[in-house]
Order: sequence, then C-alpha cells, then structure tokens
Amino acid sequence: MKKLIFLLFIYLNSFSLSNALIKVDITRGNLDPLPIAVSPLHVEKSSENLEKLDTKKLGVNISAIIEKNFKSTGLFNPLKKEAFVQKPDIAHLKPRFEDWRLIKAQALVTGKLSVKNNKLKVEFRLWDLTASKEMIALSFTTTPSNWRRVAHIISDKIYERLTGEAGYFDTRIIYVAESGPKNQRVKKLAIMDQDGAKTKYLTLGNELVLTPRFNPSNQMVTYLSYFRNLPRVYLLDIETGKQEVVGNFPGMTFAPRFSPDGKKIIMSFAKDGNSDIFTMDLETRVVERITEHSSIDTSPSYSPDGKYICFNSDRSGLQQIYVMKSDGTNVKRITFGNGIYGTPVWSPRGDLIAFTKVRKGRFYIGVMRSDGSGERLLTENFYQEAPSWSPNGRVLVFYRETKSGAQGKGFSAKLWSIDITGYNERKIKTETDASDPSWSSLLSK
Amino acid sequence: MKFNKNLRNIFLILFATLALSACSTAKKSQTSGDVYTGSDTVEYLASGVKDRVFFATNKSSLTSASRETLRKQATYLRKNKKLNVTVEGHADERGTREFNLALGERRANAVKDYLMTYGISGKRISVISYGKERPVNSESTPLAWSQNRRSVTVKVK
Repeated sequence: MKKLIFLLFIYLNSFSLSNALIKVDITRGNLDPLPIAVSPLHVEKSSENLEKLDTKKLGVNISAIIEKNFKSTGLFNPLKKEAFVQKPDIAHLKPRFEDWRLIKAQALVTGKLSVKNNKLKVEFRLWDLTASKEMIALSFTTTPSNWRRVAHIISDKIYERLTGEAGYFDTRIIYVAESGPKNQRVKKLAIMDQDGAKTKYLTLGNELVLTPRFNPSNQMVTYLSYFRNLPRVYLLDIETGKQEVVGNFPGMTFAPRFSPDGKKIIMSFAKDGNSDIFTMDLETRVVERITEHSSIDTSPSYSPDGKYICFNSDRSGLQQIYVMKSDGTNVKRITFGNGIYGTPVWSPRGDLIAFTKVRKGRFYIGVMRSDGSGERLLTENFYQEAPSWSPNGRVLVFYRETKSGAQGKGFSAKLWSIDITGYNERKIKTETDASDPSWSSLLSK
Repeated sequence: MKFNKNLRNIFLILFATLALSACSTAKKSQTSGDVYTGSDTVEYLASGVKDRVFFATNKSSLTSASRETLRKQATYLRKNKKLNVTVEGHADERGTREFNLALGERRANAVKDYLMTYGISGKRISVISYGKERPVNSESTPLAWSQNRRSVTVKVK
C-alpha cells in the first residue's frame, strides 16, 4: 500500500459540538435520516487537465462519492442536485441559508478544488443550515490520482462532525473473490475500497485461499492457502506481493488473525484430528500454545486491548463461544442460548462480540456483550456468517450464500453489511461472487 | 353425516399412514439418522472396496457400515504395500467455514486412526481437510448435505 502524504489544514473550526444544532444519533436505527445537500465542488478555471484524469469532472465526481457514502449509512438523505439553489463557488463562499432551508436541507457541503503542478488541492466546508453556521472547514493537498481517497476522507470528517464518532469511509475490504461451479470454486484474494471501487486481485486462483484478515496497519494480510495442497496460514505483503508461510507446523493451520499490536498471529493448528489455538510471534517466530483440549478450538479473536481472546469450541458437545485471558487461563463459556454459535469477533471498541448463530436450520448474525449478556440478533437468512467490524464498531460486513438447486444452480455468495442497530442492511457490489470479508482500519489516522 | 365424518377420519388416518411409511422407506434407502447410506456418489478403490464413509451432522464417529468399508480398505492396503493414500475430510455447507475445516480434519483422522488399528502404517496415510469447500453434491438439500459429510480415501499417485 502506497504511503500517502496528506497535508491537512484545519483553518476554521471554532464551533464546538455542543454548539451545533444538528446532530445525528447513530446509537439507534435512524428512521428519519438527516437531509443533506452536497454541492458539486467548484473546479477552478486555472486547473490543468491531465492525461489520465478529466479534472473538470472531479468536482462532480467527488461530491457523488460523498453522497453515495452518506446514503450507505442510512443516517443521511442526500438531496437531489436539481433542487440546488446556488452555484457551487458562490455557495462555498457563503450560502444563502434561508434559500437552502427552503429545499428542506439541514446540512450543506460545499467545496472547491484546483489542479496545479500535478497537485490536487481540495477544500470543503460543512454548513449547519438550521443554525446558519459553518461547522467545519478543511483543505487537503495530494496527488490527483488520490481523488477518490479525498472524497472518502471528506466523508469521514463530515460523518465525525455530525455523529461525534469516527467514520469508516477511507477504508478497504479484503475478501475472497469466487467464480466457477460450486464443487470446483476458484477463489482469489481481492481487495477493494469500502464502496466497491478499485478492485484488485492479489492471487491468481491456482490454489484455494480462505479467510484473509488485515494487520492493524493494513499493509499485511494473513490468510489460509492450500498451496501445494498443504493448508497453512500465510502472510502477504500487499505492496510487494511477497507471500510466506507462517510457521512450519506439521499439520493444517487455519483461522488466523493478527494480535491488536500486529506482532503476533493467533490461529488454530490441527494435529491428529484435534484443533487447538496457538500464537506465533512474527519477529522471533516463537510459537505458544494457548489452548489444550481434546475438542475443536478455533476462530480466535483478540480483544482490542490484547488482554483477552474469544474463540469457538465444541468442548460442551456443541459449538459455543468462550472467552479466556490471552495466556489461555480463565476459560469461560459465554453463550448459553438455544442453538450453536461460531465466528466470534471482538469489536474494535471493545464492548461487543459479533458472532454467527445457527438455530433450527437458519443462520443469524448477532452481537452480544463480551460476557455473553445482551444478545441481539441482527439478521436471519438461509446461510450467512463471518462478520467483520467497521473500524468505528458501528457496522458489520459479512457474507451470505443462497440456497442452490441441482448441480448448484442458483448458488451465489455476496457481501452484505448491516448496522449493529439491526437497520440498514445492504448488499455490497463486487465484480464477482465474494465471501470472507475483512474490514481494514482507517487508512488515514 | 356422522358416518361420513368417521369415514373421512379413517381415510385421513389411512392416507397419513401410507404417506408416512412411504416417506420413511424413501429415507431408509438413503439415510439412517442423518448418515448417508446410499451409494450414488461412492467410487471404488478396487472391486468391492468403497472409497468413502459418511457422517452424521457435526459428528466424526464411524458407523458400523463405515467400519466395514474401512476394514475392506485396510485389507486392500495390506495387499498393496506400496500404495499410499490421502484421506480427505469434508463437511456440509451448514456450518461456519473455520469450524468446518476443523470438523473435516477430525473426520479424516477418524478414518486414519481406524485404518491404523488394522495394521496400516500412519506413514502411508496423509490427511487433508477441505471443510465445506469441495461438495460432491452441490444441491442445498438434506440428502446432498448427507453425501457431503464424508471422508474419502484417495490413492496417491
């Protein structure tokens, strides 16, 4: 992943949150999304046109991405541009608040951009139309090819200002791209922007690959590969494409994840039919056994402070979720509801664990507190599993498979997202069928 | 009127009994419990030596039919001393991917362990789990799932 340098100037931000009249509550399902007008960014006439980039269209394109991001949250209702009452450059200087209020907008985003000497400069402002005030103003300078990321970063800043929580737009999702018949699926690692743009395939599909997961800096991925028919945990450097097997275990290693500091990989190792949980220190290559039990222990996931691990085990007879200290002591079962539980993943906020539940032949994605209390099932379907958290801990991405007929007819696997409120379920567009999503942290921290 | 009602009830009961017995015979020919007992997907290592055994949901225990199949495999392997095999463990699509990988591994090892008790060296048997990745029947039905919960013994070339 290219290191990107963003010059960020906060030159006007005198209004505190408590001063703002508009605020979006994201702690509950929002049935009344905030009407927001995203004016196309004004492109300065002196802007150079580039060979690979039509800079004249950048203003419209950036605002379109911001609108799409807002719409996808279910918290905002971007208004139609035909109704807009002021030209972009004039609105950006100072909007006629009362006119914008007439089209029922409560917030307005304006901006302008220029391209000079192969540098893209973008500035934007967010206006509170109810209070007739500017809420935030920022400017960025970057290379023109980063224009999509600029749109995502602006979206994050506005989301943060209006909800009081960090955004999740300047992020990527790594997943498994699927094609071919169900009994001979070809699977490749793929990476894309959170909104489905800029898909890139990281493996060729020669061997089966499963369950990719980012490290905390989003530059490395750990995953399971059947290279040479030996299912082992691998490490991939996204920028260089360099792959290496993690640890020379005498058997299958699977279900890998990074520790929150990125220094270890935690995974299952299967020996003689029994799967236990191990960690490997990536620097020293020291392997540590964490669980020792004759049952299946798998799907480990650290708490964000690294002190605890949740995992999946059938030591009670059926699949349930357990929590233990990160050294393997104090193992406690946390799920006791009807049905079986799998794929526990600790929220980046630390408060919740997301999981898959199977009950009476139906599959649910749900969340519960880390002691197992407060279970809430968010979505029910024929088959769905493998939730992964947005970096702000508000949205889950997972995959869903359809029921298939003879010879696998009608089979599909797609990525979906849902808010932890249980609202705003959405299919995420991917070029191919997709599974095993993993959401990155914010790229620009 | 009363007679009619009684008659109707008798017919209903008769019909239900017929339907039930038809159902159970159909099931009997294909699965027992939910372990597949048919031979639609089965291949052979040699004449009379089935290549696979089937499992109940979430289980890796061997049925008596499975043990019989594996005893024949062991006999065949004893006769063909140079032959090595890979035992593939598989799961149906009704579980989470990671748990299914572990379950497939457990099923493959159940077969390996049983072959070893009949004197086949563990060095000749490698195991691999495919979890739910390689179904033999791609349909989403209980019958297909029972055919997919399997361990397959494959000759190493």
